[in-house]
Amino acid sequence: MNYARIKALVIKELLAVLRDRKSRVVLILPPILQLTIFAFAATLEVKNIELALLDKDGGKAAVELAQRFRGSPSFTKVFPLRGQEDVAPTLEDEKAMAVLVIDQNFSRDVAAGRPAEVQFLLDGRRSNAAQIVQGYAQRIVEQYNRDLVARYNLPPPPATLVARNWFNPNLDYLWFTVPNLIGMLTMVVGLIVTALSVARERELGTFDQLLVSPLSPGEILAGKTLPAMILGVVESVLIVAVAILAFGIPCQGSLWVLALSMVLYLFSVVGFGLFISSLCNTQQQAILGTFTFMMPATLLSGFATPIETMPKLLQIVSLANPLRHFLVAVRGIMLKGMPLLTVLDTIWPLLVIAVATLALAGWFFRKGLG
Amino acid sequence: MSAQPLDARLVSAPASPASVLIEAQGLAMRYGSSATLALEGITASIRPGLITGLVGPDGAGKTTLMRLLAGLVDASQGSLRVLGLNPATQSRELHARIGYMPQKFGLYEDLTVAENLRLYAEVRGLPAAERAATFDRLLGFTGLASFTSRLAGRLSGGMKQKLGLACAMIKRPELLLLDEPSVGVDPISRRELWRMVRELADDGIGVVWSTSYLDEAEGCDEVLLLSGGKMLFVGKPTDLTGRVQGRVVQVRGASDPKGGSRRGVLRRALGLPGIIDGVIQGRHVRLVLAKDAPLPDLSAMRAGPQAELVQVAPRFEDAFLDILGGGPGGVSALAERMANKPPNENSLVEARGLTKRFGDFTAARDITFAIRQGEIFGLLGPNGAGKSTTFKMMCGLLKPTAGQALVDGLVLGKSKGAARERIGYMAQKFSLYGTLSVRQNLDFFSGVYGLEGAVRKRAVEGMIETFGLSPHLSASADELPLGFKQRLALACAVMHEPAVLFLDEPTSGVDPITRREFWTHINGMVERGVTVMVTTHFMDEAEYCDRIGLVYRGRVIAMGSPDDLKDGVRGPDLIEPSLEDAFVTLVEKDDQDQAQGLNREVAA
Repeated sequence: MNYARIKALVIKELLAVLRDRKSRVVLILPPILQLTIFAFAATLEVKNIELALLDKDGGKAAVELAQRFRGSPSFTKVFPLRGQEDVAPTLEDEKAMAVLVIDQNFSRDVAAGRPAEVQFLLDGRRSNAAQIVQGYAQRIVEQYNRDLVARYNLPPPPATLVARNWFNPNLDYLWFTVPNLIGMLTMVVGLIVTALSVARERELGTFDQLLVSPLSPGEILAGKTLPAMILGVVESVLIVAVAILAFGIPCQGSLWVLALSMVLYLFSVVGFGLFISSLCNTQQQAILGTFTFMMPATLLSGFATPIETMPKLLQIVSLANPLRHFLVAVRGIMLKGMPLLTVLDTIWPLLVIAVATLALAGWFFRKGLG
Repeated sequence: MSAQPLDARLVSAPASPASVLIEAQGLAMRYGSSATLALEGITASIRPGLITGLVGPDGAGKTTLMRLLAGLVDASQGSLRVLGLNPATQSRELHARIGYMPQKFGLYEDLTVAENLRLYAEVRGLPAAERAATFDRLLGFTGLASFTSRLAGRLSGGMKQKLGLACAMIKRPELLLLDEPSVGVDPISRRELWRMVRELADDGIGVVWSTSYLDEAEGCDEVLLLSGGKMLFVGKPTDLTGRVQGRVVQVRGASDPKGGSRRGVLRRALGLPGIIDGVIQGRHVRLVLAKDAPLPDLSAMRAGPQAELVQVAPRFEDAFLDILGGGPGGVSALAERMANKPPNENSLVEARGLTKRFGDFTAARDITFAIRQGEIFGLLGPNGAGKSTTFKMMCGLLKPTAGQALVDGLVLGKSKGAARERIGYMAQKFSLYGTLSVRQNLDFFSGVYGLEGAVRKRAVEGMIETFGLSPHLSASADELPLGFKQRLALACAVMHEPAVLFLDEPTSGVDPITRREFWTHINGMVERGVTVMVTTHFMDEAEYCDRIGLVYRGRVIAMGSPDDLKDGVRGPDLIEPSLEDAFVTLVEKDDQDQAQGLNREVAA
């Protein structure tokens, strides 16, 4: 390893990206745009729910329950139905997400201290949202029950569940999405910078020029890895800053620990990027290769669906996914202040991934000569 | 009675559109808000039944003019009529009547030859009934009949162009626009292409053929010579060459025909007054004299006692140089500041039984040659013959299946950096970093070659001074004019003063002045003891070589000096063979030998 040569490579690489207006735009604009769009659009939270209400009772208790639904921030539009015959069309035509049907004996049963029932009809076509809305409704009804118990001095139910959300007491969905996005966007940047840079050099013929120079494959690899790491780190600092300052995501843990895991994570991502680029001859192939990697990497990361629910085989495959390990670390550090040792225990596989992918990339670069 | 004058006018009117296909008046083109015009002051008329050459180096405006003629872009100024139509407003009508073959013809590489033809027949609306006959005619004409089921991507450069031509000819056009059809085409395919186009012209079609090869201009009926967007000449090529008639001489029999003396002769000759241009042609030196200049003094060139001056026929390129005011001087500032390489009796570059197999295809078979110090060795050969495979193995870009490539006695594969430090490499497409500035490119390459501190600074400053790069230092390499790109690429390749230079088609497409400047530097360095290996398609470039290895079907089928090769094919049919003649004859002879060998095998 000759450090002067590597330095020349690193400077060249950084200049090549930064002097080109298009590359600059590609590096800066999309991550910021994606962060904003994703953060607000990719939410599993259900807001602005439309609820239809069929109150066959009209008594005091029924009105009070209905008022509680009206007053909830989740149900923004609550409208009454005239009769049973309106229920089916309302759900069918998606005029409302759910219909609350209060039976005509409701108020009487409540007043008499008998179990009273309300019917809650949901649009199962949107299964995920339906479940969540059901949860909201249940909470409203439970709270109503507790209030009734207190008001009429009734005996409390034998067992109740008291849920408290640790690390994100208000279940603010952004607290979940934004740390995940830090991982995903860093991956995009790291992959694009590395995968494209080699392919571009291959297309222009400058890669041959490097190969006939005294540079060794190791030096070329280092000269590609370091600039991508530098750009990736700068970029991720930017993203983390936006996450904390603009989105108000707390960072309970140490920023240094976060930085360390970020560097390791980038190292493994760059390894993958170089591995992809060592297989590609054109920029087009490199872009396709990047996306072929990114889709499964996102799906197998535990961002959208928990890894524990996946088939055993996919769980094993996901161990090779840098994003999987980093997401655990970034959420841990930001939301619950995961200490260094625990973080290291989570992220050591990143080092293994990086070494393996870089070795493969180096091997394929050399193989290209044969 | 009163109708008669009207009739007379009707009869006389159609005469002019029939005799002129293209009429351009003061045409100019500016891209965007660019400060310079890509094209200006083009006034010409192009007639049917002739091949009109659009001749000029890269960046001269050929493609821009082609696109204007094809109605793909609108002129900024001037008037243009093509087939009596206005290409700016009537492009649809125009496209139905012309055939246009852009530089990279839109062949679908994943479709077969027949599928490509069918596709273009659909696109151009050729009636189904006429298809079979048209395809047969075109396939026969282009000699592609036995390749109909081959994927277009698998065709050689020459065959691709022929297929492109066939596709452009699907509906017999009145005007055929061919944008650099001979780029990437070896001399044999090039001759065939010319023959085909000549047939089309004889058939009454107007052909516009753009090219950066000046020797092709001589084959055209009319020539439009472009340089830097301006029209330097329009007319018959012989009218242009006529201006240097009697002013072109060859210095023959300079002593020591093997060695570098002809390079010294050229250098000294270019320093003499009255000589405006000179190139090396095998063992001879070709000189162009200034108007009314006396014959030059051979002794001042130190050409030796046997040397004689022979007047030769002028070429188009001689005249072009004359219009441009002559070529550059013969002294290389680059070589001046280089130290002499220590003499080395051993071969600097050596191929020992180099063989390369890709699967069951042998791209190069048992290739053996050795290059002495201070020698220029050229690899020549048709496309796909194994020339670039061999070249890549020589500079370590490809690992040979068997055999060895040695540089300065070191095996490239094994000794890694040590051998590669002795190499300078320059590829056809000037492998510079386009977004980096001139200075950053120099800094980078000096750093990669391990130059440090004061040495590095001196090397970079030296290159800037030698190549006159200082006004462009902060410009991106991509923005440089072509000539400066060439200089920068050479500077980056030789900054570490390599012992061996590998050049891959180094001057294809560049203007003749830049090409001369480039070879002046190469010649100068060779005189300092640098060894050069070059691949080329360009016969003019091959003439600079001391020895040539002709590669065909993965083997070296002939090796020797350009004159040896020419002498080898001299006969009653070829009294004064050119290097291209030698090339074509040798390859054809090899084809015959192969066929006979096969016949013998079959008979046995």
